[in-house]
Amino acid sequence: MSLKKISKNQPDTFEFDSKNLSEAKKIITNYPKGKQKSAVMALLYIAQKQNNNWIPLSAMKYIAKMLDMPYIKVYEVSTFYSMYNLTPVGDYFFQVCTTTPCMIRGAYKLVDVCKKKISENESEISKNGKSSWMEVECLGACVNSPMVQINEDYFEDLDEEKFSKIIDQIDKNQKPRPGSYRGRLSSEPEDIRKTLLSNKNA
Amino acid sequence: MLKDEDRIFKNLYNDFGAELDSAKKRGDWLETEEIFNKGRNWIIEEIKTSQLRGRGGAGFPTGLKWSFAPKEVGSKPHYLVINADESEPGTCKDRDILRFEPHKLIEGCLIASYAVNAHTCYIYIRGEYFNEGQKLQKAIDEAYSNGLIGKNASSTGWDFDIFIHYGAGAYICGEETALLESLEGNKGQPRLKPPFPALIGLYGCPTIINNVETIAVVPTILRRGGKWFSSLGREKNTGTKIFCISGNVNNPCNVEEEMGVPLKDLIEKHAGGVVGGWDNLKAVIPGGSSMPLLPKEICDTIKMDFDACVENKTGLGTAGIVVINRDQDIIKCMARIARFYKHESCGQCTPCREGSGWMWRMLERMAKGEATRDEVDMLMDVTKQIEGHTICAFGEGSSWPVQGLIRNFRDEILERNKYDPLIQRKKEVPYLVDQHLLEKENA
Repeated sequence: MSLKKISKNQPDTFEFDSKNLSEAKKIITNYPKGKQKSAVMALLYIAQKQNNNWIPLSAMKYIAKMLDMPYIKVYEVSTFYSMYNLTPVGDYFFQVCTTTPCMIRGAYKLVDVCKKKISENESEISKNGKSSWMEVECLGACVNSPMVQINEDYFEDLDEEKFSKIIDQIDKNQKPRPGSYRGRLSSEPEDIRKTLLSNKNA
Repeated sequence: MLKDEDRIFKNLYNDFGAELDSAKKRGDWLETEEIFNKGRNWIIEEIKTSQLRGRGGAGFPTGLKWSFAPKEVGSKPHYLVINADESEPGTCKDRDILRFEPHKLIEGCLIASYAVNAHTCYIYIRGEYFNEGQKLQKAIDEAYSNGLIGKNASSTGWDFDIFIHYGAGAYICGEETALLESLEGNKGQPRLKPPFPALIGLYGCPTIINNVETIAVVPTILRRGGKWFSSLGREKNTGTKIFCISGNVNNPCNVEEEMGVPLKDLIEKHAGGVVGGWDNLKAVIPGGSSMPLLPKEICDTIKMDFDACVENKTGLGTAGIVVINRDQDIIKCMARIARFYKHESCGQCTPCREGSGWMWRMLERMAKGEATRDEVDMLMDVTKQIEGHTICAFGEGSSWPVQGLIRNFRDEILERNKYDPLIQRKKEVPYLVDQHLLEKENA
């Protein structure tokens, strides 16, 4: 189990903007009548996106009201799942996978890069106010390890040098390219591929 | 090596693109109504003939699972739920299906939903796969606008809807009942079984839950026949499987191979060999982090299928192969896996909540050489207290890798941890009591 801290600085109110409100209403219709509670995870995610990548308590209350469920149930859900940030994070939120398959391919070297270039400690916003980083558990791209998730994008097949460059790009307000940094498009064994070779000529 | 024409996922490496047009060229959505015309029983029988076993880890026969759904729809609707909460360390096969072969999955959902009498399907994707989910959503929209799903799907007369539900970073939601809890808007803590979801599942209704890969192979099996599928591999371990080979290999990759392919072939032929050569191999985790590791002697000869793995005291699991070479510290590798389980335990059952932390802390100390000799047995005992004493299989999943480590590398742990116990164990005191508290000078 993991512990979650709630931010001390909380905004008083929260409301979906009109675009997110209609999206939320659409998601609620995905579930049978009377089971609108199922939409709580999606709504929390929308709230997080709207509120600079973290969820304030007022958003939980707002969602509880919207879905007609007790506030504590929403609180329970948002503290249970690790993807909900309950304290502010950087605009660029780096999640470094350090579980064994990534670890044995050098994930902790990427952690060192984060410590050097972003902030000394996890979940601490960098001096330029742009980024924060965190060690996370398996992100499900083990074949493309080591890898880092920045907001919603996966950056794969990294090493210290390539990863440093990505951070530099972000600091210079450039948009780094997601995907593999070893030049492959998927999880193929690029130089020694032995299967589905006829595809390439098709 | 499996012939290319027998591979099901022709676009595994995205040579063609995932759009509907190119999926159709590869044979997806080809006369789906013909399959419907043969009837529900034919579909289930054909899947039984193919001996397809679930690809999510447990390897339960799929045809049998489908036949558990009530034959007639009673007062409650049926649901089909697809488990795309792929979070097992070492596994990334479903990700490639979601982004490169979404139409195989969608067509499989349509056929499976007909077989189990469901009109609604939820696909539960882990939240981190946001981009993959968007790609799947695009494919679903394509299928809707072409009349392949929706009302009178593919002119079969069957109404069918698909919705995507995103998770939010909880490994435990890959357990089927935890997934249902999560889908209902609760925290993902597993339910006691029975009742099984096939009778009482989502919203209390009959629900069939299948892995992405299981469902995605269904259309091809039905087109080419269950006999074709069962001709690959061997009895009860049939067909093809996507293997994910990661870790200390020269070319980590996903590859679809025949069941029962030798592990050495997978590593040497497809993944470019172990870094430092085959003799530099230390151990292999054959089926995702939950499965006990295999020492090199077994890796030399083992064939990768469900039963062969069980014979070697491990399991095929999700076929996420993690290769560990001699440059790595095997105890540290396992300590990191134990930390994963400590982080992901849902906290519902005490043995797992507390035990997963115990195992992690003990392994960290053992990696540093700070443990005493008798602690190795104690750790083994802790794993036995967890295994089988929890609601879901997470207890097994967290304790098996530790057991595998102790079973195969006991000497290495003992060599590093040579200390005598600080306090000699008293026979009459059960070890679970903190013995140092009984000693006055330590209290």
